[in-house]
Amino acid sequence: MKLFLDFSIEVVMKFRMLEAKLRNYKNGYDSERRHRMSAKFWRSCAILGASSNIPDTQSSQGILLFAFVCQGGRAQVQNQSYTLIEPELIFNFHLPRQQYVGKVRFSHFDTQLQSSKKVLVATESNVFAALNSRTGELFWRHVDKTGPEGNIDALLHHAQDAVLVVGNGRMLRSWDINVGGLNWEMLLDTGSFRSACLVGQQGIVKHVAVLKKTVISAHYLSNGHQKWVENLPESETVDYQTMYSGGNGQVFVLGIVPHSHITIVVYSMEDGEIIKQVSIEAPWLSNIPASCAVVGQGMLMCVDSTTMSLNTLDLHQQLQMTRIPLQSLGLEVDPDFHPSLVSHQPNPAQNPLSEFFLQLGPERYLLLQLNNGQIVTLRDFKPALLSSFVTTGEKTVAAVMSPKNKTACSINLFSSDTGRRLLDTTLIFTVDPNGGKPERLHVQAFLKKDDSVGYRVMVQTEDHTLTFIQQPGRVMWTREEALSDVVTMEMVDLPLTGTQAELEGEFGKKADGLLSMVLKRLSSQLIMLQAWIAHLWKLFYDARKPRSQVKNEVSIENLSRDEFNLQKMMVMVTSSGKLFGIDSKTGGILWRHYLDNVPKNAAFKLMVQRTTAHFPHPPQCTLLIKDKDTGLATLHVFNPIFGRKSQVTPPALPQPILQSLLLPLMDQDYAKVLLLVDDQYKVSAFPSTKNVLQQLQETASSIFFFLVDSSQGRLSGYRLRTASSSFHIDLSTEQVWEVIIPTEVQMIVSVKGKRPNEHVHSQGRVMGDRSVLYKYLNPNLLAVVTESTDVHQERSFIGILLIDGVTGRIIHEAVQRKARGPVHVVHSENWVVYEYWSTKSRRNEFSVIELYEGMELYNSTVFSSLDRPHAPQVLQQSYIFPSSISTMEATLTEKGITSRHLLIGLPSGGILSLPKMFLDPRRPEIISEQSREENLIPYSPELIIRTEWFINYNQTVGRVRGIHTAPSGLESTCLVVAYGLDIYQTRVYPSKQFDVLKDDYDYMLISSVLFALFFATMISKRLAEVKLLNRAWR
Amino acid sequence: MHKRKDTKKNGRMELHIRDSGDESAFQEAKHEVQVSFPEQQASFLKRAEEKTRRSGKREERKQNCYLVAMARLLPFNVAVIYIVLLFICANLVSCNNGRRVGDPLEAELSGFSVPLEHSFELDDVAKFQSRGSLLLKTGREPSVSVTQNQLSEDERSKLKEVAAVDGLYRIRVPRVFLQADRQTEWQMDGYLTAFVRACAMVESHLSDVITLHTDVSGYLIGVSIVTLPGACRGMEVEDEVDLEVFNTTLSIMAPVNAPGPETALFLERMEQESEKKGKNPQEQKSFFAKYWYLILGGAIFLMLTNSAQPPAGGGREQS
Repeated sequence: MKLFLDFSIEVVMKFRMLEAKLRNYKNGYDSERRHRMSAKFWRSCAILGASSNIPDTQSSQGILLFAFVCQGGRAQVQNQSYTLIEPELIFNFHLPRQQYVGKVRFSHFDTQLQSSKKVLVATESNVFAALNSRTGELFWRHVDKTGPEGNIDALLHHAQDAVLVVGNGRMLRSWDINVGGLNWEMLLDTGSFRSACLVGQQGIVKHVAVLKKTVISAHYLSNGHQKWVENLPESETVDYQTMYSGGNGQVFVLGIVPHSHITIVVYSMEDGEIIKQVSIEAPWLSNIPASCAVVGQGMLMCVDSTTMSLNTLDLHQQLQMTRIPLQSLGLEVDPDFHPSLVSHQPNPAQNPLSEFFLQLGPERYLLLQLNNGQIVTLRDFKPALLSSFVTTGEKTVAAVMSPKNKTACSINLFSSDTGRRLLDTTLIFTVDPNGGKPERLHVQAFLKKDDSVGYRVMVQTEDHTLTFIQQPGRVMWTREEALSDVVTMEMVDLPLTGTQAELEGEFGKKADGLLSMVLKRLSSQLIMLQAWIAHLWKLFYDARKPRSQVKNEVSIENLSRDEFNLQKMMVMVTSSGKLFGIDSKTGGILWRHYLDNVPKNAAFKLMVQRTTAHFPHPPQCTLLIKDKDTGLATLHVFNPIFGRKSQVTPPALPQPILQSLLLPLMDQDYAKVLLLVDDQYKVSAFPSTKNVLQQLQETASSIFFFLVDSSQGRLSGYRLRTASSSFHIDLSTEQVWEVIIPTEVQMIVSVKGKRPNEHVHSQGRVMGDRSVLYKYLNPNLLAVVTESTDVHQERSFIGILLIDGVTGRIIHEAVQRKARGPVHVVHSENWVVYEYWSTKSRRNEFSVIELYEGMELYNSTVFSSLDRPHAPQVLQQSYIFPSSISTMEATLTEKGITSRHLLIGLPSGGILSLPKMFLDPRRPEIISEQSREENLIPYSPELIIRTEWFINYNQTVGRVRGIHTAPSGLESTCLVVAYGLDIYQTRVYPSKQFDVLKDDYDYMLISSVLFALFFATMISKRLAEVKLLNRAWR
Repeated sequence: MHKRKDTKKNGRMELHIRDSGDESAFQEAKHEVQVSFPEQQASFLKRAEEKTRRSGKREERKQNCYLVAMARLLPFNVAVIYIVLLFICANLVSCNNGRRVGDPLEAELSGFSVPLEHSFELDDVAKFQSRGSLLLKTGREPSVSVTQNQLSEDERSKLKEVAAVDGLYRIRVPRVFLQADRQTEWQMDGYLTAFVRACAMVESHLSDVITLHTDVSGYLIGVSIVTLPGACRGMEVEDEVDLEVFNTTLSIMAPVNAPGPETALFLERMEQESEKKGKNPQEQKSFFAKYWYLILGGAIFLMLTNSAQPPAGGGREQS
């Protein structure tokens, strides 16, 4: 019977597939391609049967893909069957995504076992993760909501539990750190979070206490249930800030009335009863966590920066504060520095150590000891950058980082009891000149076999980099966490190889005589021949080695463009101000550069001023960094291939900058001209050589630009003006048009132009009756999206304005009623696609607007915004989309022949490649012969997400924030980078690889047929000659 | 709509009134008038206007309407008859070319007039001067009409000079709110501006298309101007009289409602299709209903052939 079942299932499957195939035929359009595809499909199924001997790691991949094939079996089958034949190719094309966690806020080393390899990190990107301390890879990662809702307030770690307080005290969660599973989760009462701590009793930690503004609650560590909750006394006047528990079943809550007194409330852990409540005068104190620490047997130690003294208070006796002036300890204090204290409590069930650090200056730490009310200086560290306590077993040591020279710091361990330096504990940390200064020190200590203390450190620097170092200074791994927040990026072509560049350089130089030119040509061709022979030799040499051993290590020295320009340099700008150059083929970071003067809320704009095409001039990128508050901007000019700062000095920008625009004009060194408009409407050019200014003067009347002031709803157009005096040419602007959208009704949320490097191959669309519908291809068109200020679901709307950026003419104005943002817009060719939330139907909807000139072109040779009197025809259609989206971008190819796809980043982490033909306002509601002729898909209101459209398979990209597309040298291929918390790079083929021969292309057959034909012609020619001759003889 | 009334009295006078129609032929005719008898026409129209006002009859103004009067000779008594005729078709009259406006018109029942200003300067520094006034009718369906000044001789020559140096011809209208009931409410500070190249203005013989754009709630948000033809070909405009009278096509545009997904129609179509399918029960059968005998036959065949040996599980590998 079992056999029967197996068989029938199989038959069902086969018939289902056949049915699906037949249905595809019935659908009718593009049946030939479908035929080819389904042939491929069956072949791929057959191949899987044959490829069962692929290695273990890859077979799972293959089978997984096969599941995809069987599910969908339509659009991208060809691609997948390709990967089935050579499974390793998938790793070349689709880089495994790079996963990041963000800037580390809390970190703990797992100390349960000596051999444990886990580092727990909670970050400012609301991520909680465990890193492998040997390799730096992620064990597991939990990504919470963005914004304050998912903000991690505290991380407490005990044994194999990690307790997190999330979202300003909204949620209490416990995670099992071994597997990363959730133990329990509790929703807490409302109230803003103040502090959390583990509470131990008789050496065992059983509870966790959470202090909020008005309430303190205790929870069991095992299941999260609330043990008790108590209102804090006088919480209106007293600001309770911190908690302390010394392991004796009492919880001390410390509150303060600023500049008046400290309030101490002691709760019993058993039932939450108030044991004691005292107030102690402390008029100099304003913030407990910033200036106090609990040391030793419950002694509160506070530092007073005005009188430069330490104040101690016994929390158990609570008599009064004892003042110890720092001068009595023989210490002098930097008057501008606010000193701080660091104590260490190795176990929440025990008292803290009586030793503590006092930071007296930016580079000065003191190790002090509280001994029977007396403070003893154990050691003075000067200079010292960072310090930290760490406990392993019974031993506690202090790690101190001190600067050694400009490029290196040394870290040493000191005994915490005596302040003596431990032998053989020096570790050298090399400061990256392109990185930031060290910011935090996370130390992992362990006991060696001889009972001495060994350690490793994780250094966190200002540029969000984590570096894990082992003695004596070997870097085990680094994580560039700045890449978790990429703001903008560009893909730059790699330079030519030396020989190619040599050849190119020949044309670049000025001609100097016929003979020298010939000689130069000969020499460069000799060099090329040499390189070719070397290449052949390398091929021959590599062919003998097994394939896995051939490694193409990419380094900054051997970077060169490949045949099809598929490998590019990804220049990424992160919000921390660190720039990266990443090789798109391997994902390796080739250069990094940290800009240390970047303001916190900076806006970035990256522009490629000169590409690699102009050898011997180096490529040049310019980064505009603008402070959002003041509007003041700086320019950073660098070489995108090597990351080095350029020799060119950018102009100083004393005025706030309103707008920057990169003109297609070039100076004599082939650098595109960057214009910067300041708030006085004065324009400065960069580079501003005489040549540039002359060109600008000639073309000024045709340089238009626009400014958007969304706070006033003002869109205004300007024209460049030049005023030349005898010495220099002044650039200014004049306003030529103005459109004002009243802010009482709607707000401008985004303005999208077209990408300047976009090419459109076809000016029109061939209709079913063989006539041509011409596209309205206005390169100056702007799509302005507005949202209504009224958010009521019946009255809210979204406005779409299409405005010509040169003349300010409103080409089209549409209103999507009962809709709300966030709106995602893509504007390209002659279409605008936008996505919004429909409040009426409570769903996400896509809408597409297409513009056509009609059956005749007004002026087919040139497009001028100033001479297009007729308004275009506007077509629009909307669709239901079953998911919300995070970001959207269109594919881009070299010449624009390939059909377009929309790349949609979904909140689930998938990246969907949606063919544009599904978003086409000409999709007919009733199918006619003509629409079938035109290959139009019949209209259906819903866009279905097909699983085979996901281009990243199972490699989900966390919190995808942007997608960057760039053309490659192959027309069929578009390079895609998705960035967010993770970075993922791949290639897409919207029209399949029509310009690439398949790797199963039968060269032998074709060439043998060719040869056969050739010989047949030769022979028959010969025979014919002989026959003619014979006939002539007759 | 295309209405044409030809009346011949004494064989001397023609009257053409059009609501809207093919403009090219129409404009030619108009130019003829403007070239030949500008002053007579103007004086006649002015008289007609005064008469209209005196009679106190309100005219309902419609958008995109043109009045063209063609008069060869104009004795006074004929003019009186003509005015009577004018009243007959007064409800179709809306805008008026080549009229000198002394003072701005009184606000209509639910409308008001705002100045339309233009500027064309050699140094491209905007100095706006009155070009005419726009009569805006507020309400649910706003409409607009225009009364415009003629260009003086100085202005004509200046416009030609500006065109020669490729300067700009700018217009501006004040920001207004079209849904307001009272006059105090429609005024807002600021202007909306637009431009064309002055040469395009000259070469099109002052034929321009001005569009006013409003937003959903009736605020004027933008103005655009294009000329027909729009190109600058460097044609010399010989006769200065061509540049005297504006030939303006004016419209007001409110945003269109973008369509939502059309589910109703689609569902209807689906139902129709399923009805069609329902008529053919053969198609509706399930997979097992269609092929049960094949499956059963195959199963029996396999059981018979394989009953001797235990199942090898080889069948699965093929998938």
